[in-house]
Amino acid sequence: MTTQLGGPPPVEPAGGMDAAVGAFAAPADSLPAPGTLEGRPKSLFRLGFEVFVQNRLAIVGLVVVALAILFCFVGPLIYPTDQVTVDLTSANLPPGSGHPLGTDGSGYDVVGRLMVGGQTSLIVGLAAAAIATVVGTVWGAIAGFFGGVVDGIMMRIVDAILAIPILFLLLFLVTIVRPSLPVMIFVIGLTAWLVPARLVRGESLTLRVREYVQAVRVMGGSSWRSVTRHIMPNVIGTVIVNATFQVADAILLVAYLGYLGLGISPPATDWGAMLSNGTQYVFLNYWWLIYPAGFAIIIVVVAVNLVGDGLRDSVEVRLQRR
Amino acid sequence: MALLEVSGLTTDIRLSRSVVHALSDVSFTVDAGETVGLVGESGCGKTMTAMSIERLLPPGGHITGGHVRFDGRDLVALPERSMQAIRGGEIGMIFQDRMTSLNPVQLIGEQVAEPLVLHRGMTRARAREPVLEMLRLVGIPHPEQRMDSYPHQLSGGQRQRVMIAMALICRPKLLIADEPTTALDVTVQKQILELVDRLRAELGMAVILITHDLGVIAGRADRVVVMYAGTVAETAATQTLFAEPRHRYTEALFEALPERAAGTGEKLYSIPGLPPDLIEAPHACPFAPRCRFAVDRCRTQLPVLESAGDGDVTHRFACFVPRTEPLPSPEEIVAARPAAQAEASSDSREWVAPTRFIPDDGVPLLSLDRLVKDFPVTRGGLLRRTVGAVSAVAGATLQIARGQTVGLVGESGCGKTTLGRLVVGLELPTDGRILFRGRPLAHRHRRDLREDRRNVQFMFQDAYASLDPRMRVRAILREPLEIQHVGTARDRDRRVDELLEDVGLPRRAAERYPHEFSGGQRQRIGLARALALQPALIVADEPVSALDVSIQAQVLNLMKQLQRERELTYLFISHDLSVVRYLSDIIAVMYLGKVVEIGPAAEVYAAAQHHYTRGLIDAIPIADPAAERAKAKLGVSGELPSAMDPPSGCRFRTRCPMAQEICAQVEPVLRVGGGSDQDAAGTMPDVGVGVGVGGGAGAGGAVPHMVACHFPLVTGTFAAAAAAAASGPAPTGRPRGMGPVHTTGRGERDGR
Repeated sequence: MTTQLGGPPPVEPAGGMDAAVGAFAAPADSLPAPGTLEGRPKSLFRLGFEVFVQNRLAIVGLVVVALAILFCFVGPLIYPTDQVTVDLTSANLPPGSGHPLGTDGSGYDVVGRLMVGGQTSLIVGLAAAAIATVVGTVWGAIAGFFGGVVDGIMMRIVDAILAIPILFLLLFLVTIVRPSLPVMIFVIGLTAWLVPARLVRGESLTLRVREYVQAVRVMGGSSWRSVTRHIMPNVIGTVIVNATFQVADAILLVAYLGYLGLGISPPATDWGAMLSNGTQYVFLNYWWLIYPAGFAIIIVVVAVNLVGDGLRDSVEVRLQRR
Repeated sequence: MALLEVSGLTTDIRLSRSVVHALSDVSFTVDAGETVGLVGESGCGKTMTAMSIERLLPPGGHITGGHVRFDGRDLVALPERSMQAIRGGEIGMIFQDRMTSLNPVQLIGEQVAEPLVLHRGMTRARAREPVLEMLRLVGIPHPEQRMDSYPHQLSGGQRQRVMIAMALICRPKLLIADEPTTALDVTVQKQILELVDRLRAELGMAVILITHDLGVIAGRADRVVVMYAGTVAETAATQTLFAEPRHRYTEALFEALPERAAGTGEKLYSIPGLPPDLIEAPHACPFAPRCRFAVDRCRTQLPVLESAGDGDVTHRFACFVPRTEPLPSPEEIVAARPAAQAEASSDSREWVAPTRFIPDDGVPLLSLDRLVKDFPVTRGGLLRRTVGAVSAVAGATLQIARGQTVGLVGESGCGKTTLGRLVVGLELPTDGRILFRGRPLAHRHRRDLREDRRNVQFMFQDAYASLDPRMRVRAILREPLEIQHVGTARDRDRRVDELLEDVGLPRRAAERYPHEFSGGQRQRIGLARALALQPALIVADEPVSALDVSIQAQVLNLMKQLQRERELTYLFISHDLSVVRYLSDIIAVMYLGKVVEIGPAAEVYAAAQHHYTRGLIDAIPIADPAAERAKAKLGVSGELPSAMDPPSGCRFRTRCPMAQEICAQVEPVLRVGGGSDQDAAGTMPDVGVGVGVGGGAGAGGAVPHMVACHFPLVTGTFAAAAAAAASGPAPTGRPRGMGPVHTTGRGERDGR
């Protein structure tokens, strides 16, 4: 017999009032009031895209990453240098004519070295992150959805491997196997899938009890359908964000290994190995052997992180739309 | 002079790209010692008014005009330091969201003492005594121990009492209570409102009661202010407002209340459209776009508050086309259409058949046989031990005939949602059977399971959570058809269009995502999805609880219309008795996992036999000031016992005013007339019920009125008492011989 004008505080407002009080500043007034169905239908991708482009830093990050990729892969076509023949007569030259950033100990041009090193770093970073994300997501989704013993076993495996310090594991692996590009990708991917697995499992557990997943059961759907059609698409947002951060982490890991001399063998190189070679000459003040490589690592990693932050905001905003 | 005088209050909230005009020219007064109710739908600005008075506006909020005179001082112009002294010291506030209003890491005693420390300069030690006294005053048992507990160790009702204690400890002159009882059980709600009333009388303070519940206003407020879209639509004394509203919005609200049409089967009036956006300052009547009576003047000029010119000096409204006759009372409406309910059921219906044709052979559509569901409670991480079980449903027996609507009522924690989920198959019963037309529902074998799903479908409570936010409406509605392999792709698309049309949504809604719809529309999508497989039975779990009353009316009308058109059967689960009564033929009341009363809706409502049902009806506020004031002050005492360790015998005995020794020893069975005779007439299936043909009104005896109580009530309500007084002996005429007759305590009320 309640004569309520409204039930318990409604999940969403009938008008624009509470949206304002909720203090969600920027996007709140870019959408018409719910229920009016005005305007053209926008896909979720487009909504997320609109939020992303409002984030200046994320755009900067995206531009920097694009430039870095162009530099490393298109650069050698525009500025070809010889990265194979050792030329000791032009070793350790400071920046000057013919060599904008000087040369290193084997006579290779530093700018050209940056490009080659960048190719390795970026390829390994992106590929390892991709493998890690795919493997981790599938693992986590299965564990999270089925729960019980299956979940227990799968997660304990993850916990066990996580307990081993990643760097030592990597060092161990690369001393056994001679590092080449595919091996490095595999090795880094092997350790990086653990984090997405836990993340996706957590999300999976949360989503499993959501009513729209239960509704599938009410309609007679199978568990497989729930996982593939409902849980996975709703997890994708978080997964993509995590993948971006995985790329950043992978680039750093490659750099660590390169710095320790356990990376890819010469004449191929990566930025970490360049840094390592450069530190030999610290006391001789051959700054062009150290700073360029270091900056390259920092700038690319920071840019990738900025893109990841922007993606996270755009994914969350889509879900907050009331 | 009035204690609080708000005149012309205007508040704006600046967003990054626009300005929301939250309040426009709000004016009202509050005298010392009275309760003023602030009423309106969600988004109308009631909370914003309270925040503006206390100057606790959200970021970007400014008071751009008007005055708030409190005790002679203008609060709008006051410097912040002085304002801080007033907040808590002279104006107390109870916030809406009690879950987040108490600091989870601070002890209760500390939190209640904080206002004293701030405003009266006491030390914690000196504050201990006043805190204890205040906790006692608000009715917290064992305050000395409670002082040293954390908020999470208290129940919802107790937390609310602690918040009241915090608001009142400095003996403020004005208390602003913002939705103090939302999300509380209805019996606890009654206790809390009684408490606020009592404290108001004792401490001599004024109260601003902000709520969306007209029944609460009817019972507790001396004067009412009705708000719409940030403006004051009407203000009057309570009696006057409920008898003679002038503003068309107020009138529309009253007409949309389910109880005004309860038992008549009439369509509810639902206000079309949505409240305005508040992005533009109002230059015309904000209600004009949705008003049935709007004229050109309404759309071009802004109405101002003017006096009504009737007996009530304080009655003011802002409308160019006010209503001039008083509202008909609910009895007059009912009296005018006595046979409407029977009419509705005997309509000739062309209906879209359920997937499998349901013959009219008297076999109940759904039959629950001693259904039991226990949830195990486990301790320990790695090696889980079962330390107990939550008895969610304990032996429920129920039958639903084709075409009927069975309303399942009870407070939170009574097991009604679990029962609904058991019926649909989201939970597996621990014991007992569920029979669909005599055949047990399959829970094991996949193929049978899938086929059975086509007979029973579910409507979720929270429409937002039950629709996948990443799927367009077309995909959502098509999904059940895909799962069940119904028709070809083109058939499915066509069916989606049909479904949208059936629930009153435009075609272009199919291309949208759930977040682009309002609450009522999402609920319709949920209903459309439930209808997609053409089930025979739809279990609706609180489908309208989270909706504003005008939207609620739309959804209820839709459900009723679809039932008539399609021969649907509903199991309607709700805590809201008026909605249940409007829609249901049969009402079943649940308490702590047991069905305690069941019978035809009108009978259960007018002559409740179980004490809990009586308590529920007493506790739920109705929009009639006279009835509210005259109600028994009893309600139901105490709080819900734990379902892990339910009381022995009758589970309600810990809160029942009539409990005797036998109630603790022998569990009462559900039978006509109640009582504790242990004969075989106890079990429902034997009592030959549920064979109603064509559903409809239960007055014909389709389901007899049964109750599970050793000492049921003989006389139920006014109506029964009045009928008894008018016509002689007790209407039921059954000799009781055990226990006293429960008087209703209504005082001198007759002729009702």
